[in-house]
Amino acid sequence: MTTLADQPISASGSSFKLSMLLNDTRYRSLTFQFIALVAIIAFMAFVGGNLVRNLAEAGLNISYAFLGEPAGYDINQRPIEYDSTSSHGRAAVVGLLNTLIVAFLACITATVFGVIAGVLRLSNNWIVSKIMSIYVEIFRNVPVLIWILIIFSVMINALPGPRDFRGEDATASMSFFDTFAFTNRGVFAPAPEFTNSFGSTAELPVTTTGMDWLLVIAALLLSWFVARAVANWATRTQEATGNRPTTWYITLAIWVVPVVAVLLFLGLTWNVPELKGFNFRGGMQLRGSLIALWFALSIYTGAFIAENVRAGILAISKGQTEAAGALGLRPNRIMSLVVLPQALRVIIPPLISQYLNITKNSSLAIAVGYMDVTGTLGGITLLQTGRAIETILLLMLFYLTVSLLISFFMNIFNNRMKLKER
Amino acid sequence: MNRQMAETQEEVKMKKTVFLGALAVAAVTGGVASAATLDDVKARGKLNCGVTTGVPGFAEPDANGVWQGFDVAVCRAVAAAVLSDPTAVEFVPTTGKTRFTALASGEIDMLARNTTWTFSRDVDLKFEFTGVNYYDGQGFMVPADLGVSSAKDLDGATVCIQTGTTTELNLADFFRSNNISYEPVPIETGAEAVQQYNAGACDVYTTDASALAAQRANFEDPTAHVILPEIISKEPLGPLVRHGDHEWGDIVRWTLNALITAEELGVTSVNLEELAAGTNNPEINRLLGTEGDLGGMLGLDKDWAERAIGVAGNYGEVFETNIGENTPIGLARGLNAQWTDGGLIYSPPFR
Amino acid sequence: MTDTNVSFVRHEQIPPSPPPPSQSGAIKWARENLFSNWINSVLTVLALYFIIRLVMGATPWFINGVWDADSIRECRDILTAAGKETGACFAVLVDRWDHLLFGFKYPQDAYWRPTLAFILLIAAAMPALFYMYVPRKFLLGTAAYPFLAYWLIWGGSLWVPIVVAAAIIATGLVFRLVESLNVSTRTLLAGAVGILAAIGLAYLLFLGAQELRFIAGSIGSEGLRIIPFLLFWAASIFTYVFFIPMGIFVGYAIYDDAERGGLVTVVTALLAIYVMLVYLLGPVSSGLNAVIPLELQAVPSRDMGGYMLSLILGTVCVSLSIPLGILLALGRQSNMPLIKGVCVVFIEFIRGVPLITLLFVANVMLAYFMPPQSNFDLILRVIIMITMFSSAYIAEVIRGGLAALPKGQYEAADSLGLNYTQATRLIILPQALKISIPGIVNVAVGLFKDTTLVSVISMFDIVGMIRGPIQQSTDWISIYWEVYLFAALVFFIVCYGISQYSQWLERQLATDHR
Repeated sequence: MTTLADQPISASGSSFKLSMLLNDTRYRSLTFQFIALVAIIAFMAFVGGNLVRNLAEAGLNISYAFLGEPAGYDINQRPIEYDSTSSHGRAAVVGLLNTLIVAFLACITATVFGVIAGVLRLSNNWIVSKIMSIYVEIFRNVPVLIWILIIFSVMINALPGPRDFRGEDATASMSFFDTFAFTNRGVFAPAPEFTNSFGSTAELPVTTTGMDWLLVIAALLLSWFVARAVANWATRTQEATGNRPTTWYITLAIWVVPVVAVLLFLGLTWNVPELKGFNFRGGMQLRGSLIALWFALSIYTGAFIAENVRAGILAISKGQTEAAGALGLRPNRIMSLVVLPQALRVIIPPLISQYLNITKNSSLAIAVGYMDVTGTLGGITLLQTGRAIETILLLMLFYLTVSLLISFFMNIFNNRMKLKER
Repeated sequence: MNRQMAETQEEVKMKKTVFLGALAVAAVTGGVASAATLDDVKARGKLNCGVTTGVPGFAEPDANGVWQGFDVAVCRAVAAAVLSDPTAVEFVPTTGKTRFTALASGEIDMLARNTTWTFSRDVDLKFEFTGVNYYDGQGFMVPADLGVSSAKDLDGATVCIQTGTTTELNLADFFRSNNISYEPVPIETGAEAVQQYNAGACDVYTTDASALAAQRANFEDPTAHVILPEIISKEPLGPLVRHGDHEWGDIVRWTLNALITAEELGVTSVNLEELAAGTNNPEINRLLGTEGDLGGMLGLDKDWAERAIGVAGNYGEVFETNIGENTPIGLARGLNAQWTDGGLIYSPPFR
Repeated sequence: MTDTNVSFVRHEQIPPSPPPPSQSGAIKWARENLFSNWINSVLTVLALYFIIRLVMGATPWFINGVWDADSIRECRDILTAAGKETGACFAVLVDRWDHLLFGFKYPQDAYWRPTLAFILLIAAAMPALFYMYVPRKFLLGTAAYPFLAYWLIWGGSLWVPIVVAAAIIATGLVFRLVESLNVSTRTLLAGAVGILAAIGLAYLLFLGAQELRFIAGSIGSEGLRIIPFLLFWAASIFTYVFFIPMGIFVGYAIYDDAERGGLVTVVTALLAIYVMLVYLLGPVSSGLNAVIPLELQAVPSRDMGGYMLSLILGTVCVSLSIPLGILLALGRQSNMPLIKGVCVVFIEFIRGVPLITLLFVANVMLAYFMPPQSNFDLILRVIIMITMFSSAYIAEVIRGGLAALPKGQYEAADSLGLNYTQATRLIILPQALKISIPGIVNVAVGLFKDTTLVSVISMFDIVGMIRGPIQQSTDWISIYWEVYLFAALVFFIVCYGISQYSQWLERQLATDHR
């Protein structure tokens, strides 16, 4: 399989045989690649020709104009301003942010569950380590979709509905001094509100009172910088004199005072949810679908992370622990100062892929009606516009971008954490 | 389209089969069919009919896996008319997401899946609605003890919606035009919507009024739930086929019309055989093929309508056995009565 | 020495006294394992409390379970009549047992067929799973299994799988035969095959380029006519200047290569299997079936459902994706930039998107990429997508195995004068696969769990059956604990079994004696 282009006839003269293209290692890889190229073109031609023909037959065309048209449907969880007159494109962005929210939350809690379970599984407490291995085995070996459905069903059926809070003979009541309500529609919690608000920047995904929060975040950032400076000063003093000055009350003050000052300045009050009409009003609501998905993803992936953590800890040779013990470190200090930092290098790469899995598994949100990007763009928008090819391509592009971004940043992190070998 | 393309298309059409055969992927596994759906169906010996994944009364597999219901009856009637065998139907369960692609791609020959006839589906998505077998409208169901009497009292309510239908759009329009707020809870399957509604995770459940009635019938205590008087949309539900194959569209349309006309003319499963022998009503004779050759015009034989009606009786009988007042679903005829009884069900004449 | 004033000397050993009660038996064990310090004690108490709560909560539910009722209402009535507060309605499992396992459309009198197929699967998998204990010739049975299983599950004529198997064997024989021909006969054959291949390939490439021209002619909006125009002419030039001569050159190369014979052997074998499968399969199998009918009731694949569907998808996709994964991994390691690039893009793309979007592709998009009116059924489209999905993951596992091989292995193979195929087949892959087996098993378990996602695209696997026909039915409306726990249990049994096997295998394969 060859072409004129592949033939260096002039170079090798009359001794050249066509079979050399296959048998001579000098030319073979070129030949193979050429075959591959032709095969790819043929495949593309086949697929593309069919697509063109099918679309023509159905009288359709590929167009992304629908993204600018009004969506016409409502979304319950809106990190940015959205109503049914907004465009399909905006609905897709809302879904996208919802995906990122649940993925982010689940990554954090899954890591917490995973580290706890992984460490406890190695605990010398027999009953605890057994419980942890049962947890890991049960959750690892049952599909995540079944877990999502079980947890969601249990939540819906086991928690009281808002109407159970009503009336004289209410069967349910609010928790924590009547501030929190745990219902099967989600958790209603008090929300901070500012009386001297600076106004809102609606584009910020965090909240509608964006400026106020920016101020709080700025205060926290400031505290962080000062606290770091204090810690550096303490380290320098320790290196110079051998005694570490007691800084915890300074650090505490640095963290607390500016934030409290800012919050007082803004006039912080709490908006406590109240049962009005059909629902709890006021406060903030963590919807049941978000909680179920979040919890299911965390506990499922936590089981996998537990295994990674356990493997990472076991990979650290016992000599390290013994050496640390010989230096007189207490067991919990051995864990946090010697074993975990080293184990982290083993744990991080599989952890990255677990984070990617969480992001991808969050697409199962449609099973509980959480409006992530698969629910808006790949769900209702697809159904209402009938633009299957366009929406699914966009959907895949989005997940691909998120996956590549996560692995990019985590790889940078991993490279920084890596043992520097010289 | 430019000229070269037109030429090329001719060539390509000619050689398409060879090319495919040579690539040998599709040719081995999937049969390449011709354009006429009727010929395909006859060659296959089976009608591929798209239905829901399960709505009681309309389309639902029973404990033995046999599909039953009002929409299913349309499929069976078409199968009887075309293939002389009401059981020669392959029921393809489709979701809201897959139904249109399944029809457009030829996976199914017709879709009988309580699908609302809308402008954009007819014009933009290129489908042909062949009639209306049920006039529906979107309604609301609430627990009776909430004491709600009108949908306009629903300010701030949590509403369960089954996604992938026109209901979401109607709902958004209704609440926006009445300037009241609500919290939508989108749900994939009807079963899960009912589960959430019963558990109190939402105050209201909205979908087509017929489906509301059907699902309420399944509740432990149906009387504890009321369907609000507001019907916020027009939902003419009917079978549909692909654009472009008008012969096939005619068959589906007139099979449905045959069932409707049969009720109007008093042809029932009981007296069908007797009437098929010939009557002195020319319209019945034309319908049942003893006079004229309407079947031949459709590319079928003379007895096609007789077979279609013979499956489960006329439109009224199908209605009564599947969703009528004596069934657990318990729907009144209402809009779906014959035009002679003040309803909207009206078939063009058979002549 | 006199022994007048000798202190007491014991001449026999005293029997060892039992250890103090705190240092032996259950108490010692409990002290060491449960209450070694105060944190542990707290944890133990908490854990015990948790377990007791769980058992107290779940036991009455299980014990009061009703196994015989026709509907959820009847079940609740039975529970109320017996004065029980909680209790499971396991009757749903009894009532819908067949549906949960086989879906609602698989013919009831044929349930023995998939059951037998899965029992045979275990038997057929044994020689592969425990290859160190089972004689190699049993692998023949494993090779024959797919054909038998296909026949059992899908039904139809037994002759179809038999003829396909025979065609594969015959192709192998053709391969051997051509290899053993003497040079002059082979040159003759190569000439004939070369002409055939030249004509066929030139025609095929011509059609392919026509297709390209067709696409170029159809795309583009009014404003961009220049681009389709250029594409159109590029495709035309390629067709006449490039592709047709290329086919002819390939034909010549086959002839030219007759002496070594590699090309002619492969091409003849390919031609043979193509002719047998495309032209002979239908007539021969139906002819044989007419003489000796060996037929089972045919079951279309959209009638598959329940747990059976998950098992079918899992087994088929894993078996198909292993060879594909090996090829992708080798391609990714290749030093040919184009092939490497294609493999990298494919693998990273598949690994970057969730399976559910690929299933959407199978469900709503793939139809547009297939020839018009060709009607792949959904299960086949899903198999294609899941296989692609898992092959990308398996490729990454195998790539890890390849990377773990010391460089010396590659160099040693080269220095022995082995070519790429030989080196890969005899030296590299056996070692790399051995390292990768635990990883492959993990991917397989993950894939098997992921088959539940097909319920989202209206296929009735066990989760689809629960969410659709069971929860929606009048009889079992909104039942969830019993059915979901059952689904979790059946998945747990299989996945736990496989992962235990994987761990065992890992220990077996650990030949480096650390």
